[in-house]
Amino acid sequence: MTAEATTTAVCEVVDLVKHFGPVHAVDGLSLRVDPGEVLALVGESGSGKSTVGRLIVRLIDPTSGTVRIGGVDVGSMSRRALRPHRRTVSIVFQDPASSLDPRMRVGDIVAEPLRLHGVPRSDRSARVREVLEQVGMRAGVAERYPHELSGGQRQRVSIARALVSRPRLLVADEPTSALDVSVQASVLNLLTDLQRDLGFACLFITHDLAAVEYLADRVVVMYLGRVAEVGTRELIFEHPRHPYTQALLSAAPVPDPSRQRKRTRVVLSGELPSQIDPPSGCRFHTRCPLAEDRCRTEVPALREMSHGSVACHLVADDGTGPDVRDLPDPTQPSRLVERRR
Amino acid sequence: MTITTTDVDPWHPGSGSPLLKVRDLSVDFRTEDGHVCAVDQVSLEARAGELLAVVGESGCGKSVMAMALSGLLPRNATVTGSVQLAGQELVGASKAELQRVRGSRIAYVFQEPMTSLNPVFTVGRQVAEVLRVHEGMDRRHALDRAAELLDLVGIANPRERLRQYPHQLSGGLRQRVMIAMAVAGNPEVLVADEPTTALDVTVQAGILDVLRDLRDRLGAAVVLITHDLGVVADIADRVLVMYAGRVVERGEIHELFARPRHHYTVGLLGAVPTARIDEDERRLREIPGLVPVLESPEDRCTFAERCPAADETCRTRQPPLERAPQSSHQVACWHPAGTGGKETA
Repeated sequence: MTAEATTTAVCEVVDLVKHFGPVHAVDGLSLRVDPGEVLALVGESGSGKSTVGRLIVRLIDPTSGTVRIGGVDVGSMSRRALRPHRRTVSIVFQDPASSLDPRMRVGDIVAEPLRLHGVPRSDRSARVREVLEQVGMRAGVAERYPHELSGGQRQRVSIARALVSRPRLLVADEPTSALDVSVQASVLNLLTDLQRDLGFACLFITHDLAAVEYLADRVVVMYLGRVAEVGTRELIFEHPRHPYTQALLSAAPVPDPSRQRKRTRVVLSGELPSQIDPPSGCRFHTRCPLAEDRCRTEVPALREMSHGSVACHLVADDGTGPDVRDLPDPTQPSRLVERRR
Repeated sequence: MTITTTDVDPWHPGSGSPLLKVRDLSVDFRTEDGHVCAVDQVSLEARAGELLAVVGESGCGKSVMAMALSGLLPRNATVTGSVQLAGQELVGASKAELQRVRGSRIAYVFQEPMTSLNPVFTVGRQVAEVLRVHEGMDRRHALDRAAELLDLVGIANPRERLRQYPHQLSGGLRQRVMIAMAVAGNPEVLVADEPTTALDVTVQAGILDVLRDLRDRLGAAVVLITHDLGVVADIADRVLVMYAGRVVERGEIHELFARPRHHYTVGLLGAVPTARIDEDERRLREIPGLVPVLESPEDRCTFAERCPAADETCRTRQPPLERAPQSSHQVACWHPAGTGGKETA
């Protein structure tokens, strides 16, 4: 990372490591969120993406590594010293039913961050009303309890609570995964509008690639606690360089039968290996149809190239490399890849 | 409901009469808060070698409908109508009859493979149990056949897997085991209720391949219940869209996705995020409001309060499910959408 990037990033994470006992959830991850951008963090369950979100918000403490918020290292700060920084980073969780206190009224839920930051009561209610309006809810909702609201409304309340302190970074951890498509659409529209109008940066953690393609500016693809690839949305979706990104994209079906049935799909063998004893070398080598000897022993560095970075031995410095979707016949090379059509 | 041209599947022209024939299936639940009409006069057919997708959001009645097919609902449910499995009537059938049918003629795969397997028995014992009960096999033969079944659903080293306990398997493997158990009795109809919803996309792709394979190789009629339109686009031959307990639209997959006629279907397809083309189009279609919970069947279009095209007729008379103008599929709407057709890109 250059010195310039360090000073301008809303959030910068360097060599972040988080082990839960023997489980290597995050293992040397670096990323940067620039002001006003939507950075999507994608990966399958077990990739460590939610842990990264929790580390950035400092809900949990890193085993090692640096988390800089607005240039200040908060990774090792005491809880007390951390307080002023809590206003600048907020989080929205997947399940609004379990992240809202059922005994509190909506108004108090949304006001709570302000109360904790010592904002006087008189100033709170005006701000609460303002932010509830921003998330498209009527002022009367402040008197209601979470159980009186629908799933979509509850998620709006979670977003209001996250935005009430005017954060510079919003971490949204699977904010729409528990919602039906039609409701999901309204929450994604809302996040897009708010992000554009209020200008905060957003770390959007998700496994939903369609949502990523819809709203992300840049994308970080994680695999087993590490970054596989980083790139602009256009690059990731049109010219993914890492074999894992290529396989992941090919596996996500598009809701258009004519297009979907013409797509080349790569079915990866097996599932995510254990985080307790992650594979040596490139962590993806056990499932990668292109893996060579070097991949099994040497850890690939995350190399910067045009429009992004990639951690793969097979990708050249100019960003060119093989595509698992172009492999000849499926069953042949290693039984690792099965292809249709 | 009469069988119209839509019932002839252009993609499987040789297929014969439907294996599963459901007519006017309704489910009413008695609850402490009164009645809930969960399924209202649903009719459908599923043919051998065909995959029928039932689509809708939570609360639309798709899972209840699937469970009602073979009497899996609790006692407070009243099921009326007709479910014929190759001529045998299942609604009102005795417990013993239903038990014989389940597993051997109609089998289920559910969303949660974690909770559907018994944690204290090995995989082998559980798969073999199905074979011993339904096929009357002895232990040795059942285990041999179990290994074949695991192989059929794409599990490597099946012998080794049979000796393992469910907690030793990943989510995708457990779901494959569940499918193996479901097909153990050679059922004619396989009902898969959100089988990939709890799984990652790379794992989902493999499970969908297994379902495709069962349809093609075993010639099973597969009824796939899902909310995921990407999955439907990938694998379905025909689609049935449910809303508030009713079928609002049904037809052949390409036709229905290319020219959805019901405003709910249009809304669902528009709500799925896709790549934005430019900044001005950075909006997804929202469907305002919520799925209503009905106490009894109502003589109106139940989507009317959320529908952009609704008028007085919609609020006072239930639209019949009939062939849409200029289209080969059926829709229950007084004012079907898009005479000019909807873009598919």
